Amino acid sequence: MLLKKRSFLAGAATAAAMTALSTGAAFAQDDVTKVGFVYVGPINDGGWTQHHHESAMKMVEEIGSDKVELVYQENVPEGPDAERAMTQMALNGADIIFSTSFGYMDPTVNVAAKFPDVKFEHATGYKTGDNMAAYSARFYEGRAVQGTIAGHMTESNVIGYIASVPIPEVVRGINSAYLHAKKVNPDVEFKIIWLYTWMDPAKEADAARTLIEQGADVILQHTDSTAPLAAAQEAGGVIGFGQAGDMAEYAPSPRVSSIIDNWAPYYIERVEAVMDGTWESHNVWEGIDTGMVGIGEITEVVPEDVKAEALEIKDAIASGEYHPFTGPINKQDGSVWLEEGEVADDGTLAGMMFYVEGIEGSVPQ
Amino acid sequence: MDFSAINPALLIASLMVAATAVMIAAIGELITEKAGVLNLGVEGMMITGAVCGFAVAVGTGSPFLGFLAAAGGGAVLSFLFAVLTQFALANQVASGLALTLFGLGLSSLIGQNYVGIRPPPTPRLDFGPLSDLPVVGPILFNHDPMVYAGLILVALTWAFLKYTRAGLILKAVGENHDAAHALGYKVIRIRILAILFGGACAGLGGAYISLIRVPQWTEGMTGGVGWIALALVVFASWKPWRVLLGAYLFGGVTVLQLNLQAAGVAIPAEYLSMSPYLITIVVLVLMSFDRSGAPASLGRTFHASQ
Amino acid sequence: MIFLEKRPQPSKTLSYITPVLAVLITMVAGGLLFAILGKDPVAAIRIIFWDPLFGEFAFYYRPQLLVKGGPLILIALGLSLGFKAGIWNIGAEGQYIMGAIAGAGVALALYPLEAWWIFPLMILAGALGGWAWAMIPALLKVKFGTNEILVSLMLVYVAENFLSAMAIGAMKNPEGFGFPGSRNLQQYPSAHNTEIIAGSGMHWGVAAAFIAAILAYVLLNRHLLGFQIRLTGEAPRAARFSGVKPARLVLFCMGTAGALAGLAGMFEVAGPAGQITTGFNVGYGFTAIIVAFLGRLHPIGIVLAGLLMALTYIGGEAAQSALQLPAAAIQVFQGMLLFFLLAVDVLTNFRIRITLGETA
Repeated sequence: MLLKKRSFLAGAATAAAMTALSTGAAFAQDDVTKVGFVYVGPINDGGWTQHHHESAMKMVEEIGSDKVELVYQENVPEGPDAERAMTQMALNGADIIFSTSFGYMDPTVNVAAKFPDVKFEHATGYKTGDNMAAYSARFYEGRAVQGTIAGHMTESNVIGYIASVPIPEVVRGINSAYLHAKKVNPDVEFKIIWLYTWMDPAKEADAARTLIEQGADVILQHTDSTAPLAAAQEAGGVIGFGQAGDMAEYAPSPRVSSIIDNWAPYYIERVEAVMDGTWESHNVWEGIDTGMVGIGEITEVVPEDVKAEALEIKDAIASGEYHPFTGPINKQDGSVWLEEGEVADDGTLAGMMFYVEGIEGSVPQ
Repeated sequence: MDFSAINPALLIASLMVAATAVMIAAIGELITEKAGVLNLGVEGMMITGAVCGFAVAVGTGSPFLGFLAAAGGGAVLSFLFAVLTQFALANQVASGLALTLFGLGLSSLIGQNYVGIRPPPTPRLDFGPLSDLPVVGPILFNHDPMVYAGLILVALTWAFLKYTRAGLILKAVGENHDAAHALGYKVIRIRILAILFGGACAGLGGAYISLIRVPQWTEGMTGGVGWIALALVVFASWKPWRVLLGAYLFGGVTVLQLNLQAAGVAIPAEYLSMSPYLITIVVLVLMSFDRSGAPASLGRTFHASQ
Repeated sequence: MIFLEKRPQPSKTLSYITPVLAVLITMVAGGLLFAILGKDPVAAIRIIFWDPLFGEFAFYYRPQLLVKGGPLILIALGLSLGFKAGIWNIGAEGQYIMGAIAGAGVALALYPLEAWWIFPLMILAGALGGWAWAMIPALLKVKFGTNEILVSLMLVYVAENFLSAMAIGAMKNPEGFGFPGSRNLQQYPSAHNTEIIAGSGMHWGVAAAFIAAILAYVLLNRHLLGFQIRLTGEAPRAARFSGVKPARLVLFCMGTAGALAGLAGMFEVAGPAGQITTGFNVGYGFTAIIVAFLGRLHPIGIVLAGLLMALTYIGGEAAQSALQLPAAAIQVFQGMLLFFLLAVDVLTNFRIRITLGETA
């Protein structure tokens, strides 16, 4: 058991060696900045991970491959494996590491503590530190645009919503879409199916068919595959929206628009900050204004006036003159959440686990 | 809550679609197990079939060729299992698990360039005015060809096992391979054929998901259906018609769950998702009073001592 | 005509040589695969097998081998007892989950109380959770003769659904802003499964794995029960004549396997993983089945096989980020390793004879 004994011996020196190496690495790699990405899915999943990866590659293209080097690892389970993936990158001289799934939060905290000179960026979480920043997107802004189109376009007044995992981000999306659909069409009704997964094409297809059978003629999805769009096309007379990516292969119909995750501007900004030494930890939520939440082209299937109205809301949100959660808004039980003209604060939004008035059913707890 | 939105005829029609992939794969595994071989690699063979079928359908523009390729891909992968367990006499449980691991990896390598592509559509069978009949129309006369192919497969398998000499031999090999060998049957050859058939069916089931039910290619898109197929064979006590029944029951639970959610019923989804497995265990216990189903040599390695 | 002739005794020498042979064949076949994918095969093999052990950062990777290998070894040891006796528990993944839920449940119920007895209690609960989950297929087999392979497999799915119900519901961190997942036990000192020596990777679960290996060795070689297990597997009828009670053996083997898997889950959730989350289980229970076979169902073999398996994971990850190999290529590589290991095993038990002319 040579192996075991050696590990023991090495153990004592590990902590010291790690710090030494991480500081050493920063000096050794002066000219080329090494950027690490940890992905939860495969880089060609067509959804969440693919868009992080494409944004990462756009970042390299923009800054120049002579100045940055990209390393990544795909399909990394959330937990100790993620911790190892990040440590490995840090040991190999990464200057900044992006961990792109909520479940990487605590592992990122752990690794960040071990490598004080490496910068860490965690997506969609809420913990930060001196060398660990958090970033997330205000997807609910995109949902407001989507809800507006959906409310106008539905003829059956039934909108189907394929929800993924019961977390605040998804609940915010449902509420935002509902409020804006209701605003333009008071008769609108939401039917919501929770799938407890971010991507499972077969389940998504079944869910979309079920919603269509129950009368929905507009399908909104917070899951990442194109299966619901395929189901909408098969049924005919049903529209849907791209999610995470543009899903343009289903345009102009059933896909009439989309919410696009575009992390590239953020990645460029943060890597450049590392390069010129101005990087600072923060916890940001960016939306339509910076382009992190993109609205895919609204196709000709949508009437001109509806399109104009949707774009108007989009512009108002981008300029900051309109907030999708502006009172009066009641909670599902009828109690007042926001008074007339009151705007939701980020703290409440971050933990939003309740439906607004008018949505039936309950958030799974 | 609005139950009136649930249309029973449509519900039955969609559970038939939801059940088809798992049913075809389970029929394949049933034949494999009837020959006394336990192949736990169904998931790996399904996903390989899914990607082979998708790639060929996209390449040729023909879903039919796609399904053919899927059956071929599944069978080729199962041949690896056959070599391991029948020639190298490796343990079947371990080999099956290794097959799943290998198949999942292989399929994502093959599928790397097929993400975000739409496969050619598989047309529904045209029954003319029959499809427009109330209730029976959507249930019986408005499906894609594979739904009917699945049903025919069940019937053929049943007839094969019950009425043909080859079926009897297959069962004999699964019941007691030593006796079958003594009677002069080629145990190894029969088992290999059964494994290949199982692989081909699993491949078809996988392609049904990637070409019709979804249709798209994504890594790991079979999402555990192969394991459910394994459960289904047991649930069905190794009887083809019960595979059909079980698949519809499993599919029914899935579809009903979604329908209830959409109708606004708060259901604990996780607990409902457990139910098919718990039901299978109950069936196993009930079945223990009737030992007619399980092949006696299931999972045991055969080697003809000289 | 080529045919196999059963050796009267499995060849001792070959049982040592074949695993090495399999690894070498895998290196060649895997190198070919990497070359087809346009990557340097020599570099890939070096990164997977050599660098984690002797490379620049070996000081980090070696402890990680223990972290990754520990649960595999612990679970595989339990399974091997049953496998030796022809009892097929393939539901260790479920038992692992239930052990973790039971162990974490104790900690979360007591939070934020600090006391020395909390961790021992969690160990007990973890073992009990896994044991109880394994008792379901065991009792059903003993009482009704149901097939334990299938029941234990079904219970994996039940456990997985139960896990996500816990992560989203009862065990959700009340301070977690509504996200699924429990409190992090790493931040709860009384419940944290710490490293025994900092930086060594040697947490209590790894220690338990090595202790279990020694106990399993003693049991199998020096104890009547161990003899009965081996006898039952090799000659069931002879075993019955010599007074072995099959029912008791089933309960013992399944129970032990369940308890060890439960322990592994509990040590994992209290240590490296830290939380109950929907994706807590990453397939240790299934991989351990493979480890048990690679280790030839022998305690020392299992320890080595567990570490080898861990090496392919860790080295594979390193190769991914160093060469940008797709994760799928590593999966295929691992699949190959298993195939070859299983295939070459035939040499241990059989002689290959080549004869001329027809034989039956």
